Amino acid sequence: MESKSGTSFAEAAEGTELTGSEIVIRALKDQGVRHIFGYPGGAVLPIYDSLFQDNELVHVLVRHEQGAVHAAEGYARSTGKPGVVLVTSGPGATNSVTGLTDALMDSIPLVVITGQVATHLIGNDAFQECDTVGITRPCTKHNWLVRDVKDLPRVLHEAFLIATTGRPGPVVVDIPKDVQFKKAPYVGPTHVHHRTYRPRLDADAETIRSAVTMMAAAKRPVFYTGGGIVNSGPEASRLLRELVRLTGFPITSTLMGLGAYPASDPQWLGLIGMHGTYEANLAANRCDLLIALGSRFDDRVTGRVDAFSPGSKKIHLDIDPAQINKNIRIDLPIVADAARALRAMIEIWKNEKLAANPELPAWWKQIAEWRAKNSLSFKNSKKLIKPQFAIDRLYQATRGRETYITTEVGQHQMWAAQRFKFEEPNHWMTSGGLGTMGYGLPAAVGVQMAHPDALVIDIAGEASVQMTMQEMSTAVQYDLPIKIFILNNEYMGMVRQWQQLLHGGRYSHSYSEALPDFVKLAEAYGAVGLRAEKPEELDEKIRAMIAVNRPVLFDVRVDPHENCYPMIPSGAAHDQMILSDSEEEQEVSEEGKIMV
Amino acid sequence: MTPTDSRIEAHTIVIIVDNEPGVLARVIGLFAGRGYNIESLTVAEVDRAAHTSRITVVTSGTPAVIEQIKAQLGRLVPVHRVVDITTEKPGIEREMALVKVAGSGDKRVEALRVSQVFRAKALDTTHASFVFEITGAPEKIDAFVELMRPLGLVEVSRTGVAAISRGAEAM
Repeated sequence: MESKSGTSFAEAAEGTELTGSEIVIRALKDQGVRHIFGYPGGAVLPIYDSLFQDNELVHVLVRHEQGAVHAAEGYARSTGKPGVVLVTSGPGATNSVTGLTDALMDSIPLVVITGQVATHLIGNDAFQECDTVGITRPCTKHNWLVRDVKDLPRVLHEAFLIATTGRPGPVVVDIPKDVQFKKAPYVGPTHVHHRTYRPRLDADAETIRSAVTMMAAAKRPVFYTGGGIVNSGPEASRLLRELVRLTGFPITSTLMGLGAYPASDPQWLGLIGMHGTYEANLAANRCDLLIALGSRFDDRVTGRVDAFSPGSKKIHLDIDPAQINKNIRIDLPIVADAARALRAMIEIWKNEKLAANPELPAWWKQIAEWRAKNSLSFKNSKKLIKPQFAIDRLYQATRGRETYITTEVGQHQMWAAQRFKFEEPNHWMTSGGLGTMGYGLPAAVGVQMAHPDALVIDIAGEASVQMTMQEMSTAVQYDLPIKIFILNNEYMGMVRQWQQLLHGGRYSHSYSEALPDFVKLAEAYGAVGLRAEKPEELDEKIRAMIAVNRPVLFDVRVDPHENCYPMIPSGAAHDQMILSDSEEEQEVSEEGKIMV
Repeated sequence: MTPTDSRIEAHTIVIIVDNEPGVLARVIGLFAGRGYNIESLTVAEVDRAAHTSRITVVTSGTPAVIEQIKAQLGRLVPVHRVVDITTEKPGIEREMALVKVAGSGDKRVEALRVSQVFRAKALDTTHASFVFEITGAPEKIDAFVELMRPLGLVEVSRTGVAAISRGAEAM
């Protein structure tokens, strides 16, 4: 749009009067935004009109607003930049709620802009009206309803500040339609200083010193790292690697933290928690010092809290003070940004020429015995494709390529986390906290948008993937060659596994009696469909999937009865793991059954 | 403080917030969403120029839960400060109540006599009723209300607790 002075609103000088919708576009660009995921509707038409007249921002039209938010999550997690979403009022806003909650649980920075009915209609039960700030208050880090266009530039810049700093998270800016038309002077990001928001980034030197002293003294230490390392940025991952190598300690990680430390390294113990490795869980159980870095002692990690790592001192580094002492009693809390705290730890360790306790080799010897259990092994089959085998072959075929993995939620997600070896942060996108089936396909859309030349694979289950299947249409529209690798066991596999273990094999509604023909479905979308039914055809089909530069739905028909092991039954401790089907007859306590 | 310590304690927590729309809903929603108790809640703007409001919450929980409540409150974006008047800054707590008592004869005389002992003020008087204003610590108001019950108590309106720290310094 040409303003009176003859310059476009996107380059207009600060202080120039712009309409609310022009302010939105201008603020997004000033924040460095390149891509937006969205869906138009009545209450955002002015913003879409301004978008139409801009030729820099790239808008990705999704097929459902939930897909827009998950795509923005994938975009954010794979780039370290905030994901941006634009949706309309009412159903546009309510459809985004699952994605917002997902992003809040996994600390993903998102700025979600929602249209709202005109200010004079608010509270009137107007068409497509809903109380967006009320509905999204508990599922955002913060949200705003902007009633006065003069507040709009400041609120938009604050939104980016809050979403991306401290513990990252999603924010919502709700903009009534009349505010999008009204004019106000534009204010740039440099003039915004928040009145109350001050995330704590630096730990005090004494605390860091105490932590390092505890580390040098420990006989049986283990690092337990999480998504906070990934969120802190690539520097935190680099520093983590340095600290782990300096100390020589073993390291395990949560689901969200995979990739922060290279899985090929000998100090790596694998995933911790309910489906973690024997060595990682036993190390956490028997250690004398647990060093938690950017992880939050989630119930999927701890199992029974009173039996979690009972003999250890615990150091907990987190940027969010509310995580300290929430589930597990901490001996030394460090509230700080991971990279800054790690840098300070390394400095002390190096300057004082510290060395690990001489008993560390004995601890490694013990760990080697646990490792020898080979807890991720499985019995392969010549007739049926085992899901573990499928993931192993996929991993082998993708080695040496720039590969990003997203997942849905369930058994396939756990197998992927256990078996796919991540070497770098930001290459693993999964719904950890909320456990959102349907996350992976739209997340892959977002990842591919950010990394057009990379190989982006959604390791999926046939149940999850149907929840957001419509986004295949988005992938086709934008030529995004995402690969949907469906481990099709015809069951909601994890539900079936729990029904087998906890509910006497009564498989209540966990079998999908009618499934689409995924090959034909792919073709209907204009994508490529593949199917593999026998182990021997897998490698060739995987090669074909990777070779084709178009979106692919790959229906991998796997053994429908395979269970995901190892597993710590709910309500049990880390040293009570089930390693295979033959051990599963253990009784699960009544207390355990009520845990999900 | 350990998460296994199961003693339930009452704490009075003062929260200074930016007076923006929805800020009270954020605080209350946090308590409701995470299953914390609210025994009383008082809120009003205290500095118009600085645009700040003061929320006083009386809550109860185990020591671990109280720590969580304070940490979670501190995380809300419009919150300036969270102070635990019960532990961090020993303070004074006061509450005001309006108490309506109806009756005649001996009961009416006794109600008036008790009100004088408690230094309550009769704000409204008819031949058949009183409305008393009473100020004090919550326990004092509880005691007054209990004494009024057999004397024709009709209705009670309480403000909830307002609290401030002792001494010369601000919180």
